[in-house]
Amino acid sequence: MIQIIDVYRSFGRQQVLKGINLQVQEGGIMAIIGRSGSGKTVLLKLLIGLLRPDSGRIMIEDTDITQLSGHRLDEIRERVGMLFQGGALFDSMTVFENVAFPLREKTKLSEQEIADKVEKMLASVELSDMGYKYPAELSGGMKKRAALARTLITGPSIVLFDEPTTGLDPILVHATHQLILDTHREFGYTAILVSHEIPEVFDIATRVAMIYEGRIIEEGTPEKILKSSDPLIRQFIEGNLEGPIRPL
Amino acid sequence: MLTLFEAIGNKVIGMLAGMGRMLTLLATALFWTFIPPFRLQRLLRQIHFIGWRSLLVVVLTGAFSGMVLGLQGYYTLNRFGATAMLGPAVALSLIREIGPVLCALVVTGRAGSAIAAEIGIMRITDQIDALTVMALKPIKFLITPNILAGVITLPLLTAIVDVIGIYGGYLVGVQLLGVSQGVYFGEMQNIVAMHDIKIGLYKSLSFGLIISWICCYKGFYTSFGAEGVSKATTEAVVMSSIWILICDYFWSSVL
Repeated sequence: MIQIIDVYRSFGRQQVLKGINLQVQEGGIMAIIGRSGSGKTVLLKLLIGLLRPDSGRIMIEDTDITQLSGHRLDEIRERVGMLFQGGALFDSMTVFENVAFPLREKTKLSEQEIADKVEKMLASVELSDMGYKYPAELSGGMKKRAALARTLITGPSIVLFDEPTTGLDPILVHATHQLILDTHREFGYTAILVSHEIPEVFDIATRVAMIYEGRIIEEGTPEKILKSSDPLIRQFIEGNLEGPIRPL
Repeated sequence: MLTLFEAIGNKVIGMLAGMGRMLTLLATALFWTFIPPFRLQRLLRQIHFIGWRSLLVVVLTGAFSGMVLGLQGYYTLNRFGATAMLGPAVALSLIREIGPVLCALVVTGRAGSAIAAEIGIMRITDQIDALTVMALKPIKFLITPNILAGVITLPLLTAIVDVIGIYGGYLVGVQLLGVSQGVYFGEMQNIVAMHDIKIGLYKSLSFGLIISWICCYKGFYTSFGAEGVSKATTEAVVMSSIWILICDYFWSSVL
């Protein structure tokens, strides 16, 4: 289980997170929704130790990762994967090399074993014949799938998705969501998914949390969020210009 | 008035913080040099990138600077009837000053700028964060091989500039202007001492460190967007070039 307890984080004078409290159950898919700039990506970066909170605790199982550094933080990171918004594939490597990279760096598997695992993973994300290509030669959807393959290759127990469908057409959005769902079933990881794809994201999430002005204002099942009478949530999920949230 | 002091204070604090980050980056990169696993393949890749791929431009630089030295040196020495000193004049100028400095400036423009841009793009596209997320050390993975490659490669490239330059001077002085071959090389052997070669070596070692350190630093701490990478690359080349010239004067005055 992941617990985020009273987490605050500022950048200069701008306070982005103002006391975030959230629990994510093991094996679930938690979707975090909210406006651009509301601190969703910051929250993901805090969860993997790329940023540190000003105060508060982040518990992964029984370990407070805000107290860890160096080798002990790396031990946690080895169990967590992150899919970055742009994929963050290494430009200088082919898709195959990108997916093989974590195995070559972090395991003692033979090249043959690595090749077998990579081919299997590329097949899972439907990129079987694309291993020889460089990221610059791939479409947006293919890049996301290749990045997902690299994220999942080490078998993380927690996967963080930072807007995995941004910039994709509606069919690819659906396909990517299906892929997340399929890989979630296959590998059984706990997922935290930051997304703007409403209402599509409600189809794959087991829980949804909405972040607004640095706080979680509602958390529950997708059905509960969809039926919420909170004017903030209603305006956000319906995309209305009129309401308590100022459009600009 | 207070705003002026605040602005100056902020600038000074910013500069000190930047210097601290630079020194920390170097210390961390050097620390990781001695901690396994050793990334020999990445080191060789960077030696290939900085060294082998700079070879043509370095050879051209050496050849033409040696030829210019031969030409200018001949006309100056001829006025004093001292053309026999052409060999030592070309060799000493190249080994002590021109070889290390020109080679370092050329490598800064060719490889240093590319290193800053590559690392900068990795930063703005989250590739460096991806390394961290994989529980790898980005400094060990990216910076350490570049710094070691810079320090290993620059002396070798400088030696090539020196040798090619001496033969460039030979081509003009001996083959075109008629200085005796025996005198050109004989006087060079008599006058150029090991001390001169050591000065060139110290300079090229320090220039290799300066180029790789500054260019890696600028790339690693680039600000966001294409403009950030462009600014980082420009600053890397300008700052490296200035520090090469400052360091050159320092070594020349100390040694």
